[in-house]
Amino acid sequence: MDKPKTIVDKIWDRHMVHQEEGKPDLLYIDLHLVHEVTSPQAFEGLRMKNRKVRRPELTYATMDHNVPTIERHIIKDEVSKTQMQTLRKNCEEFGVSLADIDHPDQGIVHVIGPELGLTQPGKTIVCGDSHTSTHGAFGALAFGIGTSEVEHVLATQTIWQQKPKTLNVKVNGELGKGITAKDLILAIIAKHGIRFGTGYIIEYTGDAIHSLSMEERMTVCNMSIEAGARAGLISPDETTFEYLRGKRHTPKNFDAAVEDWRSLATDEGATYDATVEIDAEEIEPQVTWGTNPGMCVPVSASVPSPESAGTSNEKESIQRALEYMGLEANQPISSVEIEHVFIGSCTNSRLSDLQKAAEIVRGKKVKESVRAMVVPGSHSVKAAAEAEGLDVIFKQAGFEWRDAGCSMCLAMNDDIVPPGERCASTSNRNFEGRQGNGARTHLVSPEMAAAAAIEGRFVDVRKFASPAVS
Amino acid sequence: MEPLRKHSGLVYPLNRANIDTDQIIPKQFLKRIERQGFGQFLFYHWRFEDDGNPRQNFSLNEEKYRGTSILVAGENFGCGSSREHAPWALQDYGFKVIIAPSFADIFYNNCFKNGILPVVLEENVVQSLIEKAEKEQYELTVNLEEQIVQDSTGLQESFSISSYQKEMLLNGWDEIAVTLRQADKIDQYEQKLVKN
Ligand code: SF4
Repeated sequence: MDKPKTIVDKIWDRHMVHQEEGKPDLLYIDLHLVHEVTSPQAFEGLRMKNRKVRRPELTYATMDHNVPTIERHIIKDEVSKTQMQTLRKNCEEFGVSLADIDHPDQGIVHVIGPELGLTQPGKTIVCGDSHTSTHGAFGALAFGIGTSEVEHVLATQTIWQQKPKTLNVKVNGELGKGITAKDLILAIIAKHGIRFGTGYIIEYTGDAIHSLSMEERMTVCNMSIEAGARAGLISPDETTFEYLRGKRHTPKNFDAAVEDWRSLATDEGATYDATVEIDAEEIEPQVTWGTNPGMCVPVSASVPSPESAGTSNEKESIQRALEYMGLEANQPISSVEIEHVFIGSCTNSRLSDLQKAAEIVRGKKVKESVRAMVVPGSHSVKAAAEAEGLDVIFKQAGFEWRDAGCSMCLAMNDDIVPPGERCASTSNRNFEGRQGNGARTHLVSPEMAAAAAIEGRFVDVRKFASPAVS
Repeated sequence: MEPLRKHSGLVYPLNRANIDTDQIIPKQFLKRIERQGFGQFLFYHWRFEDDGNPRQNFSLNEEKYRGTSILVAGENFGCGSSREHAPWALQDYGFKVIIAPSFADIFYNNCFKNGILPVVLEENVVQSLIEKAEKEQYELTVNLEEQIVQDSTGLQESFSISSYQKEMLLNGWDEIAVTLRQADKIDQYEQKLVKN
């Protein structure tokens, strides 16, 4: 029998266009997703050299980063407007499909790819966006690239890649009641740090992973980049195939495709370059306290003290983070009061995220001092949520209900957290200034964000949900 | 792209780990559709007060670091967003070489497309470079051909780099042109796809 292979080996081998000693491998790209922020200079580069898009039909564009999520067509910022018009022009000139701002398929690029069935097991997928790792949830090899590489893929449909090492993140057991995929990935990064994936492709394995829904798997894979990994993926299984069945861009002969996809899963006995194991049962709801996603504690715990640091550099970075975040050392995280709640982003803006958050807020009111908003990941998530009446639940509770886009995840449009104010956010980055200059971000799950909106501070959503306490 | 073979320049030490690309170039400047002109926004919120005046306590604003072209920083430099605006800003500001104990993957790759050389050196070596440059003006020479970093007092550190990336930078090649030499291989691959 052949040597057992990982899913990464299999996808890599299938996409090899050219291999040469002393060079990275030249890989074929099956799907290239494009958005307005990281593409203008790439198209301009093509124009300057008189090059074409090699395979426009493998390229798919949308607008998400800049788009207003309210009064959609009034784009006050001229520079944003130009950037969106530029994408429109480029797509037209180069023959690329575009889900424009008012298109029913518009949404955050990592939400719509799967939704449309463009994302499939075994594909190589790139996008000028680091959270392209999201698509790995389907057993695709998906990674973020820079704008020069965007231009390269547009022109050649290939990319040079040194094969990364493989890292098996094995999550044993079962997540506790009320514990989400977001808590899982935050806990993994908190435990192993924001660099542990650097140079690796992570494959998430184990019972706890394969019992997740597709939307939950996307949340996990989405944040692989926050662990530094080149990509993160999960071997496809029945859950994957069921999710894809009937999606618009899936292969015509779906059953034959499933047979092929099934063969992609990592073989029994295949080896990885490294493995870490995590016990799902240990995981509690998580809240980040600092300025990178690894600075994270369980909701029952306290913010660390610089004194607890092992090295002087670490001490300094805790000190700086506490200062930026306006927190005291050893302060219980549940004592931290927030002014904003953002439920959205490519990490947590899909229908099931909104359903779970709505469950928490149903019949309750957002605390007076809090401004809370829900930004669905796509037009179609929004429509599906409205069909179930989720918008009514949120609005009655006092949430703003917005149109699809990246919104307050990176605050490139008008959805900004003011300086010094604090936001419970379901997004993926709590870097300084991410949600607005001087803004303080705490990353949490949609359920934790919803509960924080009601209470005005972080509470353990497991107790919050239980009628005995409320 | 400008070739880069050997570069001598003054060091700017930035003793922080995990400097993410949101700090290198904040999002409000990503709306531009050009490749040039990002240097003025480099480290924007660290460099400038909210009213646009330079921050007194951010070292890049100090006179002694004017004209520096080699940035030495802590581990995991360039983590986070894939924005190539980060190397564009660094390059436009005047940095040609970045030295750190480690880099984030996407940022590292992006450097080579823009004529910036990222050099990985041991943590303790990086720390000593930072200390020297914090004390007084400190010049380094980075020789890509020989893969060494030197100063005038006898420091000599070698670094590794993949031969492919080295060659790209030494020659300032357009990677697309290099790839298109394999055009028939790409054609063959696509023909095979059609058949399957
Ligand atoms: S939602 Fe946030 S992280 Fe996701 S693609 Fe948009 S800006 Fe990037």
